[in-house]
Amino acid sequence: MALLEVKNLKKHFDTPSGRLHAVDDVTFSIEKGKTLGVVGESGCGKSTLGKTLIRMEEATDGEVFFDGKEITGITAREYKPIRMRMQMIFQDPYSSLDPRMSVSALIAEPIKTYRLAKSKKELDDMVFELMDTVGLARRLAGVYPHELDGGRRQRIGIARALSLNPEFIVCDEPVSALDVSIQAQILNLLMDLQQDKGLTYIFITHDMSVVKHISDEICVMYLGQVVEFCKVSELFRNTLHPYSMALLSAIPTPSLRNRRKQILLQGEIASPINPKKCCRFAKRCPHATEQCHENEPSLKESSVKGHFVKCFYTEQLKQP
Amino acid sequence: MSGNKILEVRDLVVHYETDEAVTEAVNNVSFDVVPGEILGIVGETGAGKTTIGLSIMGLLPKPPSHVIQGSIRINGKEFIDTRYEPKSFFNLAAKRMRKKTDRHIEKVYRTIRGKTITMMFQDPMTALNPVMYVGDQIVEVIKIHENVSAAEAHKRACDMLEMVGISASRFKEYPHQFSGGMKQRVVIAIALACRPDLIIADEPTTALDVTIQAQVLKMMKELQESLGTAMMFITHDFGVVAEICSKCMVVYAGEIVESGTLEHIFENTRHPYTKGLFNSLPNLDEDADRLKPILGLMPNPMDLPGYCSFYDRCEERCDRCKEKNPKLIEVEPGHLVRCVHAKAMGVE
Amino acid sequence: MAKMMTPAMERLHKKKRYNVTGVSSPGREAWKRLARNKTAIAGLVIVVFLLLVGLFAPFIAPYDYQVQDYTKMLQSPSAEHLFGTDNLGRDIFSRCVYGARYSLPIGIVCVILGLVVGGGLGVIAAYFGGKTDNIIMRFIDIIQAIPSTLLCIALVAILGNGVIQMIIAIAAGSIQGMTKTCRAAIFMVKSNEYVESSKSIGVSNLMIMLRHLVPNAVGIIVINAANAVSANILTVSSLSYIGVGLVSPTPEWGAILSEGKAYISAAPHMVLFPGLVIAVTVLAFNLFGNGLRDALDPRLK
Repeated sequence: MALLEVKNLKKHFDTPSGRLHAVDDVTFSIEKGKTLGVVGESGCGKSTLGKTLIRMEEATDGEVFFDGKEITGITAREYKPIRMRMQMIFQDPYSSLDPRMSVSALIAEPIKTYRLAKSKKELDDMVFELMDTVGLARRLAGVYPHELDGGRRQRIGIARALSLNPEFIVCDEPVSALDVSIQAQILNLLMDLQQDKGLTYIFITHDMSVVKHISDEICVMYLGQVVEFCKVSELFRNTLHPYSMALLSAIPTPSLRNRRKQILLQGEIASPINPKKCCRFAKRCPHATEQCHENEPSLKESSVKGHFVKCFYTEQLKQP
Repeated sequence: MSGNKILEVRDLVVHYETDEAVTEAVNNVSFDVVPGEILGIVGETGAGKTTIGLSIMGLLPKPPSHVIQGSIRINGKEFIDTRYEPKSFFNLAAKRMRKKTDRHIEKVYRTIRGKTITMMFQDPMTALNPVMYVGDQIVEVIKIHENVSAAEAHKRACDMLEMVGISASRFKEYPHQFSGGMKQRVVIAIALACRPDLIIADEPTTALDVTIQAQVLKMMKELQESLGTAMMFITHDFGVVAEICSKCMVVYAGEIVESGTLEHIFENTRHPYTKGLFNSLPNLDEDADRLKPILGLMPNPMDLPGYCSFYDRCEERCDRCKEKNPKLIEVEPGHLVRCVHAKAMGVE
Repeated sequence: MAKMMTPAMERLHKKKRYNVTGVSSPGREAWKRLARNKTAIAGLVIVVFLLLVGLFAPFIAPYDYQVQDYTKMLQSPSAEHLFGTDNLGRDIFSRCVYGARYSLPIGIVCVILGLVVGGGLGVIAAYFGGKTDNIIMRFIDIIQAIPSTLLCIALVAILGNGVIQMIIAIAAGSIQGMTKTCRAAIFMVKSNEYVESSKSIGVSNLMIMLRHLVPNAVGIIVINAANAVSANILTVSSLSYIGVGLVSPTPEWGAILSEGKAYISAAPHMVLFPGLVIAVTVLAFNLFGNGLRDALDPRLK
């Protein structure tokens, strides 16, 4: 059963230079207990997508169904109970925690906001339990964030997100700012929590190798649109969209053997302001044709079931 | 005789001293850079790699930072002078001599910074002056060090822009009109403008998108090959090291724990920390359920142990590791490992 | 333990001040930095001293500040009259001592009032943005169009002379500065991710303002407030100098200065001492404000 269904979601911003299409016509669904990885580079709209899903930004158009209920059209008051079930983990562990609050105060804030604890003792118990769950030593309760390293700060962020017992968590680049050896610790923690509590994740990142470990399905975004959507193993075994291929090949291999041949893209990313109605990747695509510059392809299922691509070139290849 | 080595660092020790504590940022670091090679310096946050880079450039802020001992030779010339060490607050003679030698060293540094050695910093967004044309920022470097006419400098700046893949017609544009990757190319153009012998690049591609990083790395490699500039490439990403470097050294808690050629480090990893780093990398080519992180954290540089810094997190530790600080052992020609368990060459 | 013991480390270890992990909040660390700044502490000591002088004026001043002694007019400083006497035979030293009850406390009270009103407006404007911000800022723009000195004079003309009236007038004149400062400070703090984090949890707007925005903006606001006190002290003195607000026989320093201006060549001490006192007060507050700024500098966090 799909816990989250997104249909034709759009988020546009009005800027002095024009209309910025941050998220444009995005459609996908996630099943309960699974992880959807959202990959893309800066400016592709993945962060905006995450924020729009939990109503930190109001959607311009489209629908989002959470557990069967449509949530973009309802009022803030109606959304309040749902907000507890949908939480977010932020990217920068250095700026997403109020430097004036101690660790226990930070973790207690969500609990206090919703008055989930009936007494101070109950509150303390809940905070300590959360600290144990995320692997923070109890003696750190009175410590302030600036005294801790990135990994521990991110654990605080995870504890905050878990404190309301959500079912769905948007992870916005949660390990990008961490050292490699700490990244692995936090990723393991997130995966363990998912197994223990049956959580559903959207994992937003620009790091393909990280997303491979944690996701069940992946969608690749470029300039606000989903250009490829499929199961994780499919993406790496059978990459179809030229951008996904370039993205994968650009990752530097930490090994002297099996080095990937790098597809280097020409040119710069186009502007998301008032985009032309054509394939947005056409300018940089090594396979672009006339058609790609004139018309916009639609997200269609390829020859493999469940594998969607938004590309004319791939459609052509499909034809025998 | 130092031969033709561009950079020789020996036994460098740098501390940051504040009223409350002393941070041992760099502990006994020694390495060389020969012309034309790219040395990768790999380490995590707080390992001390940026401090090493800054001390070579002479850019460490003098009051908190303090070079305790060591030698930095650039093209044979010595840049560290620890002769005069004020022993107390009132040791005025020593303080005066210290100031004099510092001033003298700074004067010499001014002549070589930009010309013989240059540094590239991590964040392209703030590395460029927002109110100067990008072309003028390249001209500035040229005019300081070389006695050429304004027209000649302008021409050379345009050549540099073309060399890094930016059309010379963009000479009179401001940094904010460029994207992140293009800004970093301008930074590279400034660094290479006077054909330096050595570039110290401090995580130059970390802030860039992965596809732009690939472009910029390819360009840096090509330029380095054609101009023969040596490079010290500071990074935390082994993938980038494999892409561009010829030699590599791994830094942990201010010390070099392993160094050698790429084959040594990638194919014959010996130090437990380096092994741990490789193991914790999510691998694109393999399928694994859980990652293998290195448990624990880097020790607080204000409170380093007198024995192996990696002891607490090491899977191969034993009692011998706690006796004293391990020395660098050569396990094969050119491959150094700082571990008690590493067997020296020719020893069974 | 260390990799290499140096003389500096030994010195610190001996002093037992070797603080490897200090568990302390940003507030406490700022206090520590402030305490180490000698000029700031000097400024603070002078300010406290002057406040105490004003408080205990009846016990410190040798004469009543109003008593006129026509036998002792325009006397130079002497053992009996430390600052000399003025044209009506009043002891200037006593007048200056009592004067400590006016400029300094009024300056501080006005800033506090300005903070409450102006700060409140600024916080609301910055947090809600959009139309609310627009309305409040246009209102402030209107007030700002009137030069603050003229505004003070006009208000005193309407309200009359006296301490309370002065406080109202000067506070009104400083509201626009406070609003703008607080608005800018809140804008800076608002962009931090921890505000988004609290919003995503569902914390109410009021709670975010009180718990997150204001405590983090306090540093910037306090620095501006300290500077504003200096400015207000000068404003009080300047207004009294031109005869607005606090007039003779009120021994406000500016008023004393004003009384002396006709006698500058005959009896320069009438102008010198009150002037010096004003200068020292403003300097002390500036030193303290600078120290505060250094201690609360967000870059040092």
